[in-house]
Amino acid sequence: MKALVCVKRVLDYNVTPRVKPDGSGVDLTNVKMSMNPFDEIAVEEAVRLKEKGVVTEIIAVSIGPDKAQETLRTALAMGVDRAILVQTDDTVEPLAVAKIVKGVADAEQPGLLITGKQAIDDDSNQTGQMLAALMNRPQGTFANELTVEGEHVVVKREIDGGLETVKLALPAIITTDLRLNEPRYASLPNIMKAKKKPLEIKTPADFGVDTQPRIKTLKVSEPPTRAAGVKVADVDELVAKLKALGVA
Amino acid sequence: MMKTLIWVEHDNTSVKDATLSVITAAAKLGEVTALVAGSDCAAIAEETAKIAGVSKVLKADDAAYANALAENIAPLIADLMGSYDAFLAPATTTGKNISPRVAALLDVMQISDILSVEGPKTFTRPVYAGNAIATVESTDAKLVITVRGTAFDKAEATGGSASVEDVSGPGDAGLASFVGAEIATLERPELTSAKIIVSGGRALRDAETFESVITPLADKLGAGIGASRAAVDAGYVPNDYQVGQTGKIVAPEVYIAIGISGAIQHLAGMKDSKTIIAINKDEEAPIFQVADIGLVSDLFTAVPELCEKL
Repeated sequence: MKALVCVKRVLDYNVTPRVKPDGSGVDLTNVKMSMNPFDEIAVEEAVRLKEKGVVTEIIAVSIGPDKAQETLRTALAMGVDRAILVQTDDTVEPLAVAKIVKGVADAEQPGLLITGKQAIDDDSNQTGQMLAALMNRPQGTFANELTVEGEHVVVKREIDGGLETVKLALPAIITTDLRLNEPRYASLPNIMKAKKKPLEIKTPADFGVDTQPRIKTLKVSEPPTRAAGVKVADVDELVAKLKALGVA
Repeated sequence: MMKTLIWVEHDNTSVKDATLSVITAAAKLGEVTALVAGSDCAAIAEETAKIAGVSKVLKADDAAYANALAENIAPLIADLMGSYDAFLAPATTTGKNISPRVAALLDVMQISDILSVEGPKTFTRPVYAGNAIATVESTDAKLVITVRGTAFDKAEATGGSASVEDVSGPGDAGLASFVGAEIATLERPELTSAKIIVSGGRALRDAETFESVITPLADKLGAGIGASRAAVDAGYVPNDYQVGQTGKIVAPEVYIAIGISGAIQHLAGMKDSKTIIAINKDEEAPIFQVADIGLVSDLFTAVPELCEKL
């Protein structure tokens, strides 16, 4: 069974985003970019499934600029077998991403499609669910644990009150939550080897997908700031404040 | 006047609070029809009909709609959307599971996690973990939206008298089945609806210390218990305690942060709380920049003392 993983190049999670003064977006010039952390978890899960002998080949796909090749090389260094970059400099919304990935999946016929639950830039949390809808396949979102059992995958999902388990017919779409696994660091020999692994370049047009955005961003602004309040000297003063609030 | 359809989140016992915020958001767009999908869900439909602002309730009663499987519910909603202009669901884990599936079936780009309604097709939503707020406008013919519950007032649970109409959909898609759930049974208020939350961070040292310091204070205040991601990752408490961008977004009346430094990740989950109280021995901790009341003190002496004096 093949596994298809989707990876996105985003602002590194350790970098504090800065809103551009003209309100047109977040400044991405000269800042560190990395693989979306939830996508790293997706790659790791696929690699572990291959190590267990459940998956035979892993294909990573990324939709983005030329530089997203670096993100795909990272995935290859972690253990992905080959990569596809669908190259575009435009902003591609989750719906168009899902349509392109469906195109890749139609050609590759993977048994499992694994994506991060959301990208940490636009925080949409849509692509996996949309892909599942377009392919008319089941979805195991916010996965905490997954086990392939014959023609099914059993997914433990993180839900608001705890955990839920669903059984999905393969092929299935999985979106990863934080606690599914802890991604490995690529070793130097694997980084070297990754440079020789196949990386194919395509365009959205190859899949007949129109990436024209459906949502217009009118402006991007700083969140309202919360002013710091007062410091109290001791517990007695805190108790008095709490009583004034009607808490105690 | 826009016609909106909202999905009612419920556990067959009661309507989840997040639904009430969705109704408030939907009412800003137009007339509100509420879909109650489930198995033996007549009581939930009756409860929904009483919510102020709901003009009609659609009841889809079918074993396939138990447990809110997106594979079964999304086609039902997509079919119904022929008669509506906008679909809204709560930005809860269940809402987030179902809603994009509906959007894709309708060939619509969803607007996730809205914070406000600025116009018939214009909304604000957080991006970059709440570090920026985007004002966005949809160009699609129909709207599909998830609503951040803490950003909208809750509609009154009583006062309405909507009619209940039966609807049916495609039923079981045969793709997924529900196996079971492990729902944490809390003796204290659930985080997303708690009026007071006591939250602990990495400074609590270990699971035992977390329990012995945080629990007595929470008990005394009748509060829910939360934690920072650092405390969860360190294994002090289970992951459903986590407050933050990747955990739960909360907005209680009073949020007490104990031994929490105030990473952006955490602040994104609690900064809409009405009053924030921080206890931390590090005077420079970022949590004090958002706290209404701060106490610079060692939590291991301050919290027991606070407990005793309350």
